Amino acid sequence: MRHYPLRMAADATHRAIEAVFRIERARLIAGLARLTRDVDRAEELAQEVLVIALTEWPRSGVPDNPGAWLMAAAKRRAIDGVRYHAMRERKHAEIARELDEERDMSAEAVEAAIDDPLGDELLGLIFAACHPVISPEARAALTLRLVGGLTVEEIARAFLSNDATIAARITRAKKAIAKAGVQFEVPRGAELTVRLGSVLEVVYLIFNEGYAATTGPSLVRPPLCGEAQRLARILAGLMPEQPEVLGLLALVEIQASRLAARAGADGRFVPLTEQNRARWDQLLIRRGLDALDRVEALGGSDGPYALQAALAACHARARSAEATDWQRIAALYDRLGQVMPSPVVELNRAVAHSMAFGPEAGLRLVDEMADAAMLRNYAPLPAACGDFLFRAGRREEARAAFETAAALTGNERERDFLLARAAACSE
Amino acid sequence: MRVMVFVKATEDSEQGMTPSPELDQMFVDMGKFNEELVNAGVLVAGDGLKPSSFGKRVAFDGPSRTVIDGPFAETRELVAGYWLWEVKDMDEAVEWVRRCPNPMFGPSEIEIRPLYEMEDFADLIPAEAAAIHDGVGDKLANR
Repeated sequence: MRHYPLRMAADATHRAIEAVFRIERARLIAGLARLTRDVDRAEELAQEVLVIALTEWPRSGVPDNPGAWLMAAAKRRAIDGVRYHAMRERKHAEIARELDEERDMSAEAVEAAIDDPLGDELLGLIFAACHPVISPEARAALTLRLVGGLTVEEIARAFLSNDATIAARITRAKKAIAKAGVQFEVPRGAELTVRLGSVLEVVYLIFNEGYAATTGPSLVRPPLCGEAQRLARILAGLMPEQPEVLGLLALVEIQASRLAARAGADGRFVPLTEQNRARWDQLLIRRGLDALDRVEALGGSDGPYALQAALAACHARARSAEATDWQRIAALYDRLGQVMPSPVVELNRAVAHSMAFGPEAGLRLVDEMADAAMLRNYAPLPAACGDFLFRAGRREEARAAFETAAALTGNERERDFLLARAAACSE
Repeated sequence: MRVMVFVKATEDSEQGMTPSPELDQMFVDMGKFNEELVNAGVLVAGDGLKPSSFGKRVAFDGPSRTVIDGPFAETRELVAGYWLWEVKDMDEAVEWVRRCPNPMFGPSEIEIRPLYEMEDFADLIPAEAAAIHDGVGDKLANR
């Protein structure tokens, strides 16, 4: 008998409290981190007030402004903590008298910390969690924990890692933040540009880990993409004047629109040109194109994320693979190669040129790639070469290239796809 | 998960909007709420709908198609506006709706309906139907 009324009411209240907490947690931690300058303590305080809410709210009902209630309760505990530590550190009785003054000051600081109409504190927390003193992987884990509210177990599952590794990574990241004296503030001026790059990198890393799973049995992990989309949407809401934030938002919205089409019914990888475009999520495409329009209005079309979003938009706008504007894509890759030079961009540029101007153009660019040595173990390089050679009618060389690519990839689905292409060369 | 959040119509909303200080205030409050939804990464889309007197219905019965002009009766079942939200679960959607300022001057209702997701269709649609669905998609895509 699970469904007797009293138990049901209690369950409903508990679920409501947990929903409130999920919505408020990041802002709560952000305000408390700024107050205590200690992200660990902030997380603890947030957890403690959740326990208080779980005891009190079923009796008193959920308050009208639950966020403010939680923050006020946390602040009381924070101040008690400050007093306790002050007492312990300075044992002289006369100093205790100063405590009342000190408490008043702390109370003011707390009041200031609650007042966050612009989401400035949440941004400050995101910037701290994505600080360049931490490795990108650790930044991603910490951001998912503090801002996304994922548990260590959820993060470990998402990255196909184990709980202990992720927990250690998060602990190290928190220590690094504390040691570096990182402020929970939004940086200004020139520092903002550098630090924002670090934030956007983390969001895109999380997205890509979900979109192009580098390891494991399944091709995509949509929950990670969803977390990255949410982060990008939050950032775009809080920093609507930053063209690269909107560029990243456009990029992840448009790429996510293809999630359902990327894997076939049997879980196999379906390349972009062969995807069933009716499965692309038109709502996400529209949101991405809107964001891209805003980037253009802000004059930011030349940013690395804006350019990548413009590339994704070329595919999104094409009704069929044949209708793709490959010349525009090739031109955008030419520009991206200048703005953000990397061997991976060069490889994609070669693919674009092969589609716009024929397989020989692609082979020529691959030959020219000075950094190709850096890509020696990068499966997409031989995979692309295989495709160029196949289309140029050089079947034997193509087969060898596909087999090399299949041996290099860590994703089982992708390996199947490449071996199938190798086999097709002998037909 | 995605949910569609319907703001249900009232006799007032079916009359259309007439400028008033109360309406101005409602727009301000609703604007703030929308901003909160955006900043939380929840809001995907949303719009207000004109009264049903601007609407039309098409009734289906076998081969027949009959066009019916608005306004429509059963006011409380009509929709005056909608949002599309991305949330973790229905509890979170309910919590956000709780925070919504009164959407109407008098008593009113908001209804939350989860969208079907890909996984729901996996068990729901037989393989042949899915194949036809995909075939239609191919035709559309190659048009």
